[in-house]
Amino acid sequence: MTVELDFGAVLASWPLLLVGVAWTLGLTAVSAVLGVLTGIAFAWARSEGPVLLQTVVGAYVELIRNTPFIVQLFFIFFGLPAAGFRLSPEVASVIAMVVNLSAYATEIVRAGIEATPRGQREAAISLALSPTQTFVYVVTPPALARIWPALVSQIIIVMLGSAVCGQISVPELTFATSLIQSRNFRSFEAFIIVAAIYLVLAFTVRRLLRWAGPRFVFGR
Amino acid sequence: MVEFTLWDILRNLALAARWTVVLSLIAFLGGGVVGAALLVLRLSPSRIGRALVEGYVELFQGTPLLVQLFLAYFGIALLGLNTSAWTAATLALTLYTSAFLVEIWRGCVEAVPRGQWEAGTSLALSFSENLRYVVLPQALTIAIAPTVGFLVQVIKGTALASVIGFVELTKAGSMVTNATFRPFVVYSCVGLFYFVLCYPISLVAKNLERKLHAAHR
Amino acid sequence: MQPIVEIKGLRKSFGTHEVLKGIDLTVQPGEVVAIIGRSGSGKSTLLRCINGLEAFQEGSLTVDGKPLIHGDPNAMRALRQRVGMIFQSFNLFPHLSAGRNIMLAPGLVKRKVSSEAADQARGLLARVGLTDKFDAMPDRLSGGQQQRVAIARALAMEPAVLLCDEITSALDPELVGEVLRVVESLAEEGMTLLMVTHEMSFARKVSDRLIFMHQGRVHEMGSPDELFAAPKTPELRQFLSSLHE
Ligand SMILES: Nc1ncnc2c1ncn2[C@@H]1O[C@H](COP(=O)(O)OP(=O)(O)OP(=O)(O)O)[C@@H](O)[C@H]1O
Ligand SMILES: [Mg+2]
Repeated sequence: MTVELDFGAVLASWPLLLVGVAWTLGLTAVSAVLGVLTGIAFAWARSEGPVLLQTVVGAYVELIRNTPFIVQLFFIFFGLPAAGFRLSPEVASVIAMVVNLSAYATEIVRAGIEATPRGQREAAISLALSPTQTFVYVVTPPALARIWPALVSQIIIVMLGSAVCGQISVPELTFATSLIQSRNFRSFEAFIIVAAIYLVLAFTVRRLLRWAGPRFVFGR
Repeated sequence: MVEFTLWDILRNLALAARWTVVLSLIAFLGGGVVGAALLVLRLSPSRIGRALVEGYVELFQGTPLLVQLFLAYFGIALLGLNTSAWTAATLALTLYTSAFLVEIWRGCVEAVPRGQWEAGTSLALSFSENLRYVVLPQALTIAIAPTVGFLVQVIKGTALASVIGFVELTKAGSMVTNATFRPFVVYSCVGLFYFVLCYPISLVAKNLERKLHAAHR
Repeated sequence: MQPIVEIKGLRKSFGTHEVLKGIDLTVQPGEVVAIIGRSGSGKSTLLRCINGLEAFQEGSLTVDGKPLIHGDPNAMRALRQRVGMIFQSFNLFPHLSAGRNIMLAPGLVKRKVSSEAADQARGLLARVGLTDKFDAMPDRLSGGQQQRVAIARALAMEPAVLLCDEITSALDPELVGEVLRVVESLAEEGMTLLMVTHEMSFARKVSDRLIFMHQGRVHEMGSPDELFAAPKTPELRQFLSSLHE
């Protein structure tokens, strides 16, 4: 038998794909910012906060890192309304992505913080900086510089993970693809094309973040 | 409608969790075999071999696992073979696992000092002898902790097989939810099951890593 | 005249290991005190106690008349503004330029406006001979240059006393001179200095008073000429002769 592939039928629906790309990138951007900020705060709590807070954050990190993203998403979208929190699919997705990223970011940032030479803190202390000022201005920027590549990789993982958000009807890229293939039955071709788009996105976002880190995040 | 007690929910989930475990083990072992083959190719002096493996890794690490599952599902159908959620899930997860493992292992091999390769070569060992008797045994100790750690990623990855209709823990969770209309309880339990499966493995991986670091100091 | 630093009966242990066994020391404004002694005699620990990097168990310590109280963060920060410290390993902040390293603490602690802090930083860089290095990142500077930036950074807080712990030990020999010249000029300008050093000729030339520490005590103290010419204790004699080997 011969296999005939028809990519044209899929590409004809490019506006849908474009909307999907926009949603995927939008979800990723919002959750990257919120997730990394939360991660930094949690990393502080875990390494310098009060003991109780350290334990709570530690448990949160382990809970999130040892359960699948799709279950976290379903719990937030299907489970929370039963407890009285009704969320739109988009908001539920952002929350799930932020929660997921923040847990990994906490551990990544913490590793960076712990690699800070003792002399750096001592210099800051002897200049009369407060513990908070020391953390924000002296410890965090070089720590972020150290772990930026790992953080970027994690953001990419979360972006690729957002493909699952289509399962609760967020119009992101994979959802758009499912829609297209349900109309023209060119399923394989549709997913080949979307895989290629994700590859390009992953490559571009990685490049962009690597470039942006030193300029906008940890300053040079 | 039959009344579902918490016990019924747990029992149904536990039954389905078996399939999560089975699928994880198949993917992990299959991925390990494919990954090992790819590793040899990746380390070989052949430039084409290296480039191929690099592209392979890039492909699987740069696209969502969910899309890979769909591709396997529709790809098998396109070849005119009888497609099932089983075959598609096993195929996709095996390849996905192999791509990550080969990358993890490559890092471990590269952590073996260059001088070890050179010492082996200077003793007239061939590439494969060098790999087999000098480098791999050393890389293996470094590789154990991250490999065990990756098993957690595989287990979590199998949750996506639910989307193509494979009935494992997550799919069972959706089905039980539809029967009970108690999503909060059901998805909490599903999460708990995954945690119980994954957390001990995470702990083992962490301990192995700590031991290794201690030994290297 | 009120002493800048006054230490009475200071004792400090790490666990069960007593490192400082009752130190009494008074430093007057404008005085330059050099501390010498064998490795492990407690020189660094003493300096680190003075700005509260280490907590001590017994005795009292005042800087500028204010007592050092551990556990009172505000009092500690007030004290640290009066005490500058320069480290053996420079400890410049790697993500900040030389100028920004100097500006950081005045901006955060003294709430100096940025333009004022920048002017001050430029002035201090000129003073340590690094006029054109305001925008240089630490990893672009030699060890000697980094240490001079660290001195400028400490001076920016306008401390009443400057603690220097072997500040040339991590430097290549040819870079030691440029740092010592800066310290010497500070001494001439009347800065109060407390420095641990292995540079004996420098200590002799610059300091008003020399302290020999031995096993956690001030073992011998006096003018440098006296101590070098006629050490009274066998320990100091032995220490000095060991330097010539
Ligand atoms: N953080 C610490 N924990 C435990 N012991 C310490 C600590 N810091 C210093 N010590 C011990 O205290 C003693 C004095 O150390 P200190 O660093 O003050 O000596 P030093 O005179 O500065 O020596 P050096 O010339 O080598 O710098 C040493 O025996 C050292 O091992
Ligand atoms: Mg010392």
